[in-house]
Amino acid sequence: MLEGTIIYGFINSFTLVVMALGFNVTFGISGVANFAHGALYVAAGYLTWLGLNELGLPYWAVAPLTIVIVAAAAALTYRFIILRVRGLVISEVIATFGVGLAILELFRYFGFVGFEYTLPVLVDVSVEIGSTYVDAQRLIIVAGGCVLTGFLWFFTRFTKTGLAFRGIAQDERTALTLGINTDRAAMFSMAFGGAYAALAALIILPLGTIAVNEGYNVLVNALAVCIVGGLGSTAGVVAASFLIGYAQIITATYFETHWMMIVSLVALLGILIVKPSGLFGQQKELEERI
Amino acid sequence: MTRRKERIARGIAVRSEDIFVLVSWREMLYLAAPRILPVVLLLALGLGVGEYWQRVLVQTCMFALLAISWDVLAQTGMVSLGQALFFGVGAYTAGVLNHYYGINPLITMPIAALTGALLCSVALLPVLRLRGIYFSMVTLILPMMIERVIEATKIFGGTEGLSGIKSLPGTSVEFLISFVLVFAALFGFRRIMASDYGLVLRSIRDNDRAVMAGGVNIYWYKVQALFLSGVLASLAGAFMTHAYNFVGMPVFALDYSIMPIASAAVGGMGTLAGPMLGSFILVPLSEYLRDLGGLRTVIYAALLVIFTVGLPEGIFHFIRRKYLQFERWTEVGE
Repeated sequence: MLEGTIIYGFINSFTLVVMALGFNVTFGISGVANFAHGALYVAAGYLTWLGLNELGLPYWAVAPLTIVIVAAAAALTYRFIILRVRGLVISEVIATFGVGLAILELFRYFGFVGFEYTLPVLVDVSVEIGSTYVDAQRLIIVAGGCVLTGFLWFFTRFTKTGLAFRGIAQDERTALTLGINTDRAAMFSMAFGGAYAALAALIILPLGTIAVNEGYNVLVNALAVCIVGGLGSTAGVVAASFLIGYAQIITATYFETHWMMIVSLVALLGILIVKPSGLFGQQKELEERI
Repeated sequence: MTRRKERIARGIAVRSEDIFVLVSWREMLYLAAPRILPVVLLLALGLGVGEYWQRVLVQTCMFALLAISWDVLAQTGMVSLGQALFFGVGAYTAGVLNHYYGINPLITMPIAALTGALLCSVALLPVLRLRGIYFSMVTLILPMMIERVIEATKIFGGTEGLSGIKSLPGTSVEFLISFVLVFAALFGFRRIMASDYGLVLRSIRDNDRAVMAGGVNIYWYKVQALFLSGVLASLAGAFMTHAYNFVGMPVFALDYSIMPIASAAVGGMGTLAGPMLGSFILVPLSEYLRDLGGLRTVIYAALLVIFTVGLPEGIFHFIRRKYLQFERWTEVGE
């Protein structure tokens, strides 16, 4: 039992990391809170399903296509909607929220509800770790979490666009004086967050069915993780995911599954009382806290 | 040769600004009409239409209350994405008081309004120390989680909800009460926001650090704004509980969060009358488009984006400008 808790807690934590990373990247770089994150995640799931079942394309073609489409959609949302209200927090929040809501409810309206909406698992075997059986798909989530986090670290340190990201994250006006096109960098960051949401959908969704409400769940989870970890901090996302992930699994194992949702709520309110800027949110402390 | 539009205040608008408004009936009417006309119109409409549309008007008034309470928060710089939180807590308080203890609706409603506001203010207390999007994020999360908690723990009837709650006597009475409530809230809060107290609240949105530098404890003011707005929203929730004779998990649904925001975006934020106007456009429209079902939410979401980006001032500001100023084309020199 203890072994199972440790293993599944580990997997649950990585699921949270994968879910929250995209939201966190966009916010950390451009300061835009993408409330459409969950919608992009679900849209990626449905697009892949459509590509596989309606168009009959092979998986290796559909997956990259979905990622590109979702990233492009995020970039276009930035270019045509957010750019016009950039800096007005109220309008930014409302606009992204509206976009996300429109996408999600449109899928619901077109009747994308049911058990047939599933994505194929990448490898259909289960592995025995110690004495616990684990699906290979869950291991892929762990691997995916490591790769996505590692890639983000590598990308923001060793590529020109990545360095521009860090530049505008630190100070947008200074970045502008150094010849960085801040609007374009912010648009890329939004696309980057969208691509991460699509990737998360591709590796997490095969474990269950694609549902519209999953979009709200993912958004809530991502927000909870980001607030606990400190907005915009990747290390914070990982730490908070492990904190909430293990707490959830322990509650589910030793108490009742029902209480899983309360764990993140308690963690959220607790961290806001003790350290409002989050576990690792130091650099934003002055800005966000008054 | 280029032209530009210039806007000039109407003579009558200028004349009725001061004591000079007393010079003639025309000036007095100009000032009073926009205030009295909606009251008279709504009253005539509410007493003139059949029972079905009367119920719609009651619902509209409650959404207007929610929208006004959203606007009060927004004017203080707190953008709530979960007005359903206040609404739901108020609704459940009234429901529980009436279902388990059989207390009269006229007593449960004020109690629910105060209790709901108090509970929500305490729950949101930790977030008030932060600014920016934290408030939006937490208010978005809370109603969804409470919904889940009620489902899991099966308290207050769980997924079934509480039914058999006593209603107010007759739809006409319901309408009259909601009519009085909504205009009392509108004019009362307009008065508060125009006073020095309201000035402090609005300056917290504009520049919180400057207000702090002025020696004002902004957290205390934020709590007060939260409580005031919570009273309105919880009252709306309690009223709806008695109007539907039922309270259940749907009171925490996204509809009650999205509708006030959409109303404010369409009507015009920061005026209190704007969000109310927005509700009076959107709620009957949504009743009219009932056949579209789920597509209505898509329409609101789309309106939200279109108005926020395309016409950020909203309808109310537009009408107000036309009422106070006239426009003409002028030639611009070489």
